[in-house]
Amino acid sequence: MTVDEWFELAASVCLLIGALLSLAAGVGLLRFPDALSRMHAATKPQIAGLAFILLAVGLDQRNWATVSTLFLVMLFQMLTAPVAAHMIGRAVYRTRHLRRELLLTDELADVVDRASHDLATDPANRPE
Amino acid sequence: MNIIVYIAGALFAVAALFAVVRIWRGPSILDRMVAADMLLSTLICVLGAEMVYNHHTRTLPVALVLAMFAFVGSVSVARFATKQKDAETNKTNEGTSPLDPSLDELAGGEK
Repeated sequence: MTVDEWFELAASVCLLIGALLSLAAGVGLLRFPDALSRMHAATKPQIAGLAFILLAVGLDQRNWATVSTLFLVMLFQMLTAPVAAHMIGRAVYRTRHLRRELLLTDELADVVDRASHDLATDPANRPE
Repeated sequence: MNIIVYIAGALFAVAALFAVVRIWRGPSILDRMVAADMLLSTLICVLGAEMVYNHHTRTLPVALVLAMFAFVGSVSVARFATKQKDAETNKTNEGTSPLDPSLDELAGGEK
Protein backbone atom coordinates (compact mmCIF):
# COMPACT_ATOMS: atom_id res chain seq x y z
CA MET A 1 0.00 0.00 0.00
CA THR A 2 1.15 3.53 -0.74
CA VAL A 3 1.28 6.33 1.82
CA ASP A 4 -1.89 7.92 0.41
CA GLU A 5 -3.83 4.69 0.83
CA TRP A 6 -2.71 4.42 4.45
CA PHE A 7 -3.91 8.00 5.12
CA GLU A 8 -7.23 7.17 3.44
CA LEU A 9 -7.64 4.05 5.56
CA ALA A 10 -6.88 5.98 8.76
CA ALA A 11 -9.40 8.68 7.74
CA SER A 12 -12.14 6.14 7.12
CA VAL A 13 -11.47 4.39 10.44
CA CYS A 14 -11.80 7.78 12.19
CA LEU A 15 -15.07 8.37 10.30
CA LEU A 16 -16.37 5.02 11.47
CA ILE A 17 -15.49 5.73 15.12
CA GLY A 18 -17.21 9.14 14.89
CA ALA A 19 -20.30 7.55 13.37
CA LEU A 20 -20.38 4.87 16.08
CA LEU A 21 -20.24 7.59 18.77
CA SER A 22 -23.16 9.37 17.07
CA LEU A 23 -25.13 6.12 16.99
CA ALA A 24 -24.36 5.52 20.69
CA ALA A 25 -25.71 9.00 21.46
CA GLY A 26 -28.87 8.30 19.44
CA VAL A 27 -29.50 5.00 21.24
CA GLY A 28 -28.82 6.69 24.59
CA LEU A 29 -31.26 9.51 23.81
CA LEU A 30 -33.94 6.98 23.02
CA ARG A 31 -33.35 4.51 25.86
CA PHE A 32 -32.21 6.54 28.87
CA PRO A 33 -34.86 7.28 31.51
CA ASP A 34 -34.67 11.02 32.30
CA ALA A 35 -33.39 14.34 30.94
CA LEU A 36 -30.11 14.35 32.89
CA SER A 37 -29.04 10.87 31.72
CA ARG A 38 -30.09 11.78 28.17
CA MET A 39 -27.77 14.80 28.40
CA HIS A 40 -24.96 12.41 29.30
CA ALA A 41 -25.60 10.43 26.11
CA ALA A 42 -26.04 13.49 23.90
CA THR A 43 -22.56 14.86 24.66
CA LYS A 44 -20.79 11.95 22.90
CA PRO A 45 -20.85 13.30 19.31
CA GLN A 46 -20.42 16.88 20.54
CA ILE A 47 -16.78 16.46 21.56
CA ALA A 48 -15.39 12.94 20.94
CA GLY A 49 -17.35 12.24 17.76
CA LEU A 50 -16.55 15.66 16.30
CA ALA A 51 -12.85 15.22 17.21
CA PHE A 52 -12.65 11.95 15.25
CA ILE A 53 -14.50 13.40 12.24
CA LEU A 54 -12.25 16.47 12.16
CA LEU A 55 -9.21 14.20 12.46
CA ALA A 56 -10.52 12.32 9.42
CA VAL A 57 -10.87 15.59 7.46
CA GLY A 58 -7.32 16.55 8.48
CA LEU A 59 -5.95 13.16 7.39
CA ASP A 60 -7.79 13.52 4.09
CA GLN A 61 -6.59 17.07 3.28
CA ARG A 62 -3.14 17.24 4.97
CA ASN A 63 -2.47 20.98 4.61
CA TRP A 64 -2.07 23.60 7.31
CA ALA A 65 -4.80 25.95 6.05
CA THR A 66 -7.41 23.22 6.60
CA VAL A 67 -5.92 21.91 9.83
CA SER A 68 -5.90 25.37 11.44
CA THR A 69 -9.61 25.84 10.61
CA LEU A 70 -10.35 22.35 11.98
CA PHE A 71 -8.57 23.38 15.16
CA LEU A 72 -10.81 26.47 15.39
CA VAL A 73 -13.97 24.36 14.92
CA MET A 74 -12.87 22.07 17.75
CA LEU A 75 -11.93 25.03 19.96
CA PHE A 76 -15.31 26.76 19.55
CA GLN A 77 -17.19 23.51 20.10
CA MET A 78 -15.23 22.90 23.32
CA LEU A 79 -15.94 26.48 24.47
CA THR A 80 -19.69 26.49 23.74
CA ALA A 81 -20.83 22.90 24.44
CA PRO A 82 -20.25 23.15 28.23
CA VAL A 83 -22.18 26.47 28.36
CA ALA A 84 -25.22 24.88 26.72
CA ALA A 85 -24.94 21.76 28.90
CA HIS A 86 -24.68 23.88 32.06
CA MET A 87 -27.78 25.93 31.21
CA ILE A 88 -29.83 22.86 30.21
CA GLY A 89 -28.77 20.97 33.35
CA ARG A 90 -29.66 23.94 35.52
CA ALA A 91 -33.09 24.25 33.90
CA VAL A 92 -33.68 20.49 34.28
CA TYR A 93 -32.86 20.68 37.99
CA ARG A 94 -35.01 23.76 38.60
CA THR A 95 -38.05 22.51 36.71
CA ARG A 96 -37.61 19.03 38.31
CA HIS A 97 -37.59 16.96 35.14
CA LEU A 98 -35.20 14.51 36.78
CA ARG A 99 -36.07 11.22 38.47
CA ARG A 100 -34.77 11.53 42.00
CA GLU A 101 -34.83 7.77 42.69
CA LEU A 102 -32.12 7.36 40.03
CA LEU A 103 -29.74 9.77 41.74
CA LEU A 104 -26.97 8.34 43.93
CA THR A 105 -26.27 11.71 45.54
CA ASP A 106 -27.57 15.26 45.20
CA GLU A 107 -25.05 17.76 46.51
CA LEU A 108 -27.00 20.74 45.17
CA ALA A 109 -30.01 19.95 47.40
CA ASP A 110 -28.16 21.01 50.58
CA VAL A 111 -27.20 24.36 49.03
CA VAL A 112 -30.77 24.97 47.81
CA ASP A 113 -32.16 24.09 51.26
CA ARG A 114 -29.79 26.53 52.91
CA ALA A 115 -30.63 29.28 50.42
CA SER A 116 -34.37 28.75 50.88
CA HIS A 117 -33.93 28.84 54.65
CA ASP A 118 -31.98 32.11 54.47
CA LEU A 119 -34.65 33.66 52.27
CA ALA A 120 -37.46 32.50 54.54
CA THR A 121 -35.90 33.77 57.77
CA ASP A 122 -34.61 37.13 56.55
CA PRO A 123 -36.14 38.68 53.40
CA ALA A 124 -33.43 41.38 53.47
CA ASN A 125 -30.92 38.72 52.42
CA ARG A 126 -32.73 38.20 49.15
CA PRO A 127 -30.13 38.39 46.39
CA GLU A 128 -30.94 40.70 43.44
CA MET B 1 -12.84 3.34 1.77
CA ASN B 2 -16.18 3.62 -0.05
CA ILE B 3 -17.88 0.83 1.87
CA ILE B 4 -16.72 2.26 5.22
CA VAL B 5 -18.11 5.70 4.31
CA TYR B 6 -21.45 4.12 3.38
CA ILE B 7 -21.57 2.28 6.73
CA ALA B 8 -20.73 5.53 8.55
CA GLY B 9 -23.49 7.33 6.63
CA ALA B 10 -26.01 4.68 7.63
CA LEU B 11 -24.97 4.97 11.30
CA PHE B 12 -25.34 8.79 11.14
CA ALA B 13 -28.80 8.38 9.59
CA VAL B 14 -29.93 6.00 12.35
CA ALA B 15 -28.54 8.35 15.04
CA ALA B 16 -30.35 11.35 13.49
CA LEU B 17 -33.56 9.31 13.25
CA PHE B 18 -33.33 8.40 16.97
CA ALA B 19 -32.79 12.08 17.83
CA VAL B 20 -35.88 13.05 15.80
CA VAL B 21 -37.92 10.35 17.58
CA ARG B 22 -36.82 11.83 20.92
CA ILE B 23 -37.74 15.37 19.74
CA TRP B 24 -41.13 13.99 18.76
CA ARG B 25 -41.80 12.09 21.99
CA GLY B 26 -40.46 14.66 24.43
CA PRO B 27 -41.78 14.53 27.16
CA SER B 28 -40.52 17.97 28.23
CA ILE B 29 -39.16 20.89 26.22
CA LEU B 30 -35.71 20.27 27.76
CA ASP B 31 -35.57 16.66 26.47
CA ARG B 32 -36.44 18.02 23.04
CA MET B 33 -33.69 20.62 23.29
CA VAL B 34 -31.08 18.02 24.33
CA ALA B 35 -32.10 15.91 21.32
CA ALA B 36 -32.01 18.94 18.99
CA ASP B 37 -28.51 19.77 20.23
CA MET B 38 -27.37 16.22 19.55
CA LEU B 39 -29.01 16.35 16.09
CA LEU B 40 -27.00 19.50 15.33
CA SER B 41 -23.71 17.87 16.43
CA THR B 42 -24.55 14.91 14.22
CA LEU B 43 -25.13 17.38 11.37
CA ILE B 44 -21.65 18.88 11.89
CA CYS B 45 -20.21 15.33 11.85
CA VAL B 46 -22.09 14.53 8.61
CA LEU B 47 -20.69 17.72 7.01
CA GLY B 48 -17.19 16.49 7.95
CA ALA B 49 -17.85 12.98 6.62
CA GLU B 50 -19.08 14.43 3.31
CA MET B 51 -15.91 16.54 3.07
CA VAL B 52 -13.79 13.39 3.53
CA TYR B 53 -15.82 11.45 0.95
CA ASN B 54 -15.68 14.12 -1.77
CA HIS B 55 -12.18 15.46 -0.89
CA HIS B 56 -13.09 19.14 -0.58
CA THR B 57 -13.28 21.77 2.20
CA ARG B 58 -16.09 24.02 0.96
CA THR B 59 -18.42 23.30 3.91
CA LEU B 60 -15.74 23.88 6.54
CA PRO B 61 -16.95 27.49 7.25
CA VAL B 62 -20.47 26.11 7.81
CA ALA B 63 -19.13 23.68 10.41
CA LEU B 64 -17.18 26.52 12.04
CA VAL B 65 -20.24 28.79 12.34
CA LEU B 66 -22.42 25.91 13.63
CA ALA B 67 -19.81 25.08 16.28
CA MET B 68 -19.72 28.76 17.32
CA PHE B 69 -23.46 29.47 17.52
CA ALA B 70 -25.13 26.11 18.15
CA PHE B 71 -25.29 26.77 21.90
CA VAL B 72 -27.43 29.94 21.59
CA GLY B 73 -30.62 27.93 21.00
CA SER B 74 -30.10 25.63 23.99
CA VAL B 75 -29.25 28.52 26.30
CA SER B 76 -32.32 30.56 25.32
CA VAL B 77 -34.68 27.58 25.61
CA ALA B 78 -33.16 26.73 29.03
CA ARG B 79 -33.69 30.33 30.18
CA PHE B 80 -37.26 30.23 28.84
CA ALA B 81 -38.06 26.97 30.67
CA THR B 82 -36.67 28.30 33.96
CA LYS B 83 -38.54 31.62 33.65
CA GLN B 84 -41.79 29.84 32.76
CA LYS B 85 -41.44 27.76 35.90
CA ASP B 86 -40.77 30.87 38.01
CA ALA B 87 -43.81 32.67 36.58
CA GLU B 88 -46.02 29.67 37.30
CA THR B 89 -44.64 29.54 40.85
CA ASN B 90 -45.47 33.18 41.53
CA LYS B 91 -48.98 32.73 40.17
CA THR B 92 -50.01 29.60 42.08
CA ASN B 93 -47.88 29.88 45.18
CA GLU B 94 -47.70 33.56 46.14
CA GLY B 95 -44.84 34.57 48.39
CA THR B 96 -42.74 31.42 48.34
CA SER B 97 -39.23 31.37 46.98
CA PRO B 98 -38.60 29.88 43.51
CA LEU B 99 -36.02 27.69 45.20
CA ASP B 100 -38.65 26.07 47.46
CA PRO B 101 -38.32 22.29 46.94
CA SER B 102 -42.04 21.58 47.59
CA LEU B 103 -43.33 22.92 44.28
CA ASP B 104 -45.59 21.11 41.84
CA GLU B 105 -44.29 19.55 38.65
CA LEU B 106 -44.30 21.66 35.51
CA ALA B 107 -47.19 20.44 33.37
CA GLY B 108 -46.15 17.81 30.83
CA GLY B 109 -42.99 16.75 32.64
CA GLU B 110 -42.22 13.36 34.10
CA LYS B 111 -42.03 12.78 37.84
